[in-house]
Amino acid sequence: MSTVIVTPKASPKEVLKDASMVKQKDMMAAHYDRLTNAPKTGAKVAATFVPGNLNELIMCFDLVNNLPEVNAIQNGLRRTSGGFVLEAEKIGHSEDVCTYVKSDIGMMAKGNLAPNGEKFPNPDVLLLSYTGCFTFMKWFELLREQYKCETIMLHTPYMGDGKVTPNMIEYMVKQLKEEVIPKLERISGVKFDIDRLREYLKKSAKAEDDLVWVLQSAKNKPSPIDAYFGGIYYIGPIFGAFRGTDDAIEYYKFLREEVAERLAEGKGPVTPDGDMGKEKYRLVVEGPPNYTNFRQFWKMFYDEGAVVVASSYTKVGGTYDFGFRHNPDKPLETLAEYCLGVYTNRSLPMRIDMLSNYVKEYEADGLLINSIKSCNSFSAGQLLIMREVEKRTGKPAAFVESDLVDPRYFSAANIKNRLESYLQMIEQKRASARAA
Amino acid sequence: MDASLNQANTAGIVARAQELFDDLSFTAAREWKAAKPGRKVVGYLPIYVPREIIHAAGMLPLGIVGGGDQLEVIHGDAYYQSYICRIPRSTIELGVSGRLDFVDGMLFPSICDVIRNLSGMWKMMFPGVYSRYFDVPQNYRDEIGGNYYVNELAELRHDLGELRGSPITDEELRASIAAYNENRHLVRELYAFRAQKPWQTPAAEVYLVLRAGLVLPVEEHSALLRDYLAAAQAEERPMRDNCKIVLTGAFCEQPPLNLIKSLELAGCYVVDDDLLLVTRWLTENVPLEGDPLQNLSHAFLHHSESTAAKYEPDEKEKGQHLVRAVTRAGAEGVIFAAPSFCDPALLDRPMLQHVLKDAGIPFIAFKYAENSGQMQPIREQAGTFADSIKLWSGA
Ligand code: SF4
Ligand code: SF4
Repeated sequence: MSTVIVTPKASPKEVLKDASMVKQKDMMAAHYDRLTNAPKTGAKVAATFVPGNLNELIMCFDLVNNLPEVNAIQNGLRRTSGGFVLEAEKIGHSEDVCTYVKSDIGMMAKGNLAPNGEKFPNPDVLLLSYTGCFTFMKWFELLREQYKCETIMLHTPYMGDGKVTPNMIEYMVKQLKEEVIPKLERISGVKFDIDRLREYLKKSAKAEDDLVWVLQSAKNKPSPIDAYFGGIYYIGPIFGAFRGTDDAIEYYKFLREEVAERLAEGKGPVTPDGDMGKEKYRLVVEGPPNYTNFRQFWKMFYDEGAVVVASSYTKVGGTYDFGFRHNPDKPLETLAEYCLGVYTNRSLPMRIDMLSNYVKEYEADGLLINSIKSCNSFSAGQLLIMREVEKRTGKPAAFVESDLVDPRYFSAANIKNRLESYLQMIEQKRASARAA
Repeated sequence: MDASLNQANTAGIVARAQELFDDLSFTAAREWKAAKPGRKVVGYLPIYVPREIIHAAGMLPLGIVGGGDQLEVIHGDAYYQSYICRIPRSTIELGVSGRLDFVDGMLFPSICDVIRNLSGMWKMMFPGVYSRYFDVPQNYRDEIGGNYYVNELAELRHDLGELRGSPITDEELRASIAAYNENRHLVRELYAFRAQKPWQTPAAEVYLVLRAGLVLPVEEHSALLRDYLAAAQAEERPMRDNCKIVLTGAFCEQPPLNLIKSLELAGCYVVDDDLLLVTRWLTENVPLEGDPLQNLSHAFLHHSESTAAKYEPDEKEKGQHLVRAVTRAGAEGVIFAAPSFCDPALLDRPMLQHVLKDAGIPFIAFKYAENSGQMQPIREQAGTFADSIKLWSGA
């Protein structure tokens, strides 16, 4: 099938410099405080995953959302994940499996401390929104074994044939109605109010509009954003515990205003070293990033003037750029549709379509794949994706390998080498195109 | 004609099964297809598909479990990174090298992300072949997961009906369910016999006999099973001083035959395993009366094997299937053998090991690949394990 990218109307407003960054930092800090204070405040905690997370629903029961993947990312960025992974291996976990899981298990074994230095509370419920990855299921079975708490499974069927069928929606809505909601009511002691859910969904859609606007601003030349390295910050609130909140609406409003200003001024993305120099290469990236050497990895790109204009990773917590928005008029169906549509739940041909379209619509020079050792969900099949996208777009593609949070699999020299030869390849392509 | 019917002894039957096992071109299935115009073959990967529906369409279900250690993988490696298991690359190899060019359809069951993504690759690489990701419910309530599954089954039934050119009737489905009920019953009987007298039914033989069921029509395979069982019961073989173990974790990519043999040579009789689960996935007979799809669904939800790819809703039940298998087969220990890079098996393993520890059941663990050549380390590990079990039980 082919994918159509819908661009919402731009309405840049007055600018508040870096307000979005400050806002996000405050939001995250407040969230971690809310979590670690839960034993004192009596708040109940639901652990759940990013892809297919039901934040709006979780909020309906006054539960605080704890996302183990985000914790693993934090530990990657703070360089503590390596030790946690080793710890998990020491207590019997295989070196071959997903390092997100091992980082999480290792963190538990080492005291389970949140970024604010306080202990994470034990979850009251594990909401297993099983979307786009088999590892999730094992991960929560492993956590359940430790915490002995209730686990609720929401099974999202895979979009193997590239479509959402009525049977899939019906199955998911039934699970929501007859399993997920009654159990959440019982665990939280809060009665489900569908109008409350509608309110949150309305708010989600509003923030989603602005997120899409920001991500699609990369169609401009130069792109005012980096849609992978920068994009990871931009998706934080909406993929995490804030979708459906006023905080998220405000964050994306600020962000949009900042990006609109950069766009008006013809500026490129902001990097950790300040404004990026001249945009020389426009890339589409497939695959998660590496978090243990995140800045070093990013620097390899901006030092060369390579900006990422679109990425698949920024769609793991929801694919919004083809028009999907949370719809308050169909509250449960919309949650189902959301889960079904996340990037890792899309079939391989759909992913190829999507990436090829990104290369074309964002006028990119090609596709770069960061293949993650940990992640079969993303990685199995990426070599075919690479060849297909190359074939369809006529643009060169390249492959680098690393891991999400295991520093043992980040080889800077290797990646840098590959990236440089790839950019040279792009140069050669350009030269031959000019000659032709 | 079914050659096995003429073979009275285990050696002859096993030789026939070995021949099928060694044949990487699937000649038997090709011949079956060529024997009558209009016949079709539908391939499937581990762990489970309802073969009854394929059979009811008059088609041959063909189990594809990788390339083993005899297939030279030339193209397949270009499709997979080094840190992905072997089975998808050897399956691609089988496809690209034309060994599956007679296959009209492919089903990719819901087992893990690798097989799941392979389903999309197949669609891209072999666009002329009907291919489908076959999802199964992880919710086991009839009115939720059951409804969903019945509709998925109905879609498969519809698609295969289209492929053949006429809809599959309930009567056809019932006849197929009966054929597979019988087959599963025989497999269970074989497993029960082996648990009692493992020296009469070496693990590698049982494996080969079971494996033949992936390529033969079910009726022919049932005859083979019956013959083998009768021959194995009749033949007296020397009993060794081996311990009895349950082998687990090998539900997808297959261990080399040599590995299975090595375990017994090292002193471990395999009395239960999770190899080729499709042959006994449904643990009870599927009723013939009533709606056949409802019955298949009910059996899947309530009477099917436990394995890593299936969610266990009840924490207390987690891993108990393994403890029960140990008790049922009178085993003294468990060997965890998982393919390298197999997330489902390797993520499940620590949980299962905790359960075994609590139950006081000894275990060892190692990894393999379908093309592992060196058996010495595994043989040594299994040998030490067998010795220690004998020591404990003697104490
Ligand atoms: S396998 Fe991939 S998608 Fe799944 S939990 Fe690990 S990193 Fe996430
Ligand atoms: S061996 Fe394991 S990881 Fe590989 S395809 Fe099979 S189940 Fe998946």
